[in-house]
Amino acid sequence: MSFPAIEVSGLTKTFDEVTAVNDLNLRVEGGELVGLLGGNGAGKTTTIGMILGLVLPDKGTIRVLGHDMARHRYRALPRMNFSSPYVDLPRRLTVAQNLGVYARLYGLRDVKARINRFSRELDMEEFIDRPVGTLSAGQKTRVAIAKSLINDPDLLLLDEPTASLDPDTADWVRSYLESYQARTGAAILLASHNMAEVERLCSNVLMMREGKLVDEGHPAELISRYGRTNMEEVFLDVARGRGWDAEAVRESGS
Amino acid sequence: MSTPRYWAPGPSATRVLAMILRYAYLLKDSWPRILELVYWPTVQLLMWGFISQYLASTTDLFAQAFGLFLSAVLLWDVLFRGQLGVSLSFFEEMWSRNLGHLMVSPLRPSEFIGALLTMSLVRTLIGMVPASFLAMWFFGYSVYDLGLSLIVFFINLIVMGWAFGIAVSGLVLRWGLGAESLAWAAVFAISPLCGVYYPIDVLPTWVQPISNALPASYVFEGMRSILLEHTVRWDLMLTASLLNVAYLSGGVCLFFVYLTAARKRGTLLQLGE
Repeated sequence: MSFPAIEVSGLTKTFDEVTAVNDLNLRVEGGELVGLLGGNGAGKTTTIGMILGLVLPDKGTIRVLGHDMARHRYRALPRMNFSSPYVDLPRRLTVAQNLGVYARLYGLRDVKARINRFSRELDMEEFIDRPVGTLSAGQKTRVAIAKSLINDPDLLLLDEPTASLDPDTADWVRSYLESYQARTGAAILLASHNMAEVERLCSNVLMMREGKLVDEGHPAELISRYGRTNMEEVFLDVARGRGWDAEAVRESGS
Repeated sequence: MSTPRYWAPGPSATRVLAMILRYAYLLKDSWPRILELVYWPTVQLLMWGFISQYLASTTDLFAQAFGLFLSAVLLWDVLFRGQLGVSLSFFEEMWSRNLGHLMVSPLRPSEFIGALLTMSLVRTLIGMVPASFLAMWFFGYSVYDLGLSLIVFFINLIVMGWAFGIAVSGLVLRWGLGAESLAWAAVFAISPLCGVYYPIDVLPTWVQPISNALPASYVFEGMRSILLEHTVRWDLMLTASLLNVAYLSGGVCLFFVYLTAARKRGTLLQLGE
């Protein structure tokens, strides 16, 4: 029997008067690398928060790796992980200590060997024994990625993984994620504002606007559908509510 | 995706130990934190020790029960440090914006609480044991002379501290670090009502029912009974223990209620400094 990595149905979340996510349906298959796109306030972070169980939905169901997150969240959590600029790791603990704590929280054996492996693969040997608070933004990103991969997750949720990184480091991170995905067949849901990143990495893109899924498809398919030359232009069309009618978009001249 | 490989295990000692390790790293690598744990109980002990010495030279009551204030200050610190030990460990996660990571790891809230309580015990012992030996060395008074009762006093006071600490952590989870000052104020607010240094009979009549609802009141009454009357009052200890069951249950319930509220409000992704 096989399950989609994520299956979301009728998901709705309202904060006070604001509807952050509105009757959202989405599906991420195992082994897919899916981009979640949308402008600020489109509902991406809230959606990821609900998939992780950090935010409780008002309505709808979420199944992760075959488990209903409302009832069996702790069956899915050992097989998933995430990284977000909104959360940090303890700054006074060294990189090795942080990774060791999380490896144990995920019930992993051979903790030291695992840390050594990530230290080599993510080029962290130089700062593995330094407190996280003393690291540069690029080094912290490597540590965050190491933490998010510490349990070899089947599902990885990444919220803006390359935000505030220089182009070289960002490119390195993308390459690493590509190789991880190719090697393990894990599903990755990536929320990003970097359209070049999405074009390069994603086999499918989910476009959100005002809490709703307004379009989806392969980046090349979306670019063609909107009559555009790249994902940035598609993003602008979606963010400004210009729909996907290619003729209409071309006629608008923008 | 294939059929799930793992069946979710129940509460895990490994995860509790992982969190204890996380806090132990913090203590191990920071001598000011360890010094701070020892510093305040020691200063308090010295101050009350000298006051007791002075009073013993002028008052018969204190000459007969020299350890009254010293026992009180040491036991009060068990309650205070017990509460702080829970709250401050919890705040470490808020200050470092790490709570989101923990809440999406397999760590269950009950395991998290288990680790907070264990760290509270460790932190309290680090503060109290040196102070108790200092009392022997400086003033020739051993709080260990309270015997078996000392263990019962200690357990009751630290459990009450845990109840307050868990409740305060829940409040901070719900209201954010703006409510952090509650960690310092919560137990101090009840200190006049617990009869730490005096019997609760001296309190105004309308306040006494509040005092009677606090487990610590029975502990300090029991302590005075041993030191002044040389009588062990197990009835008081039983009342304190029963009240503590209710307090600890209440504190844990409050934490879970506010954890759910934080998940509803979506604040777990935003909590931090």
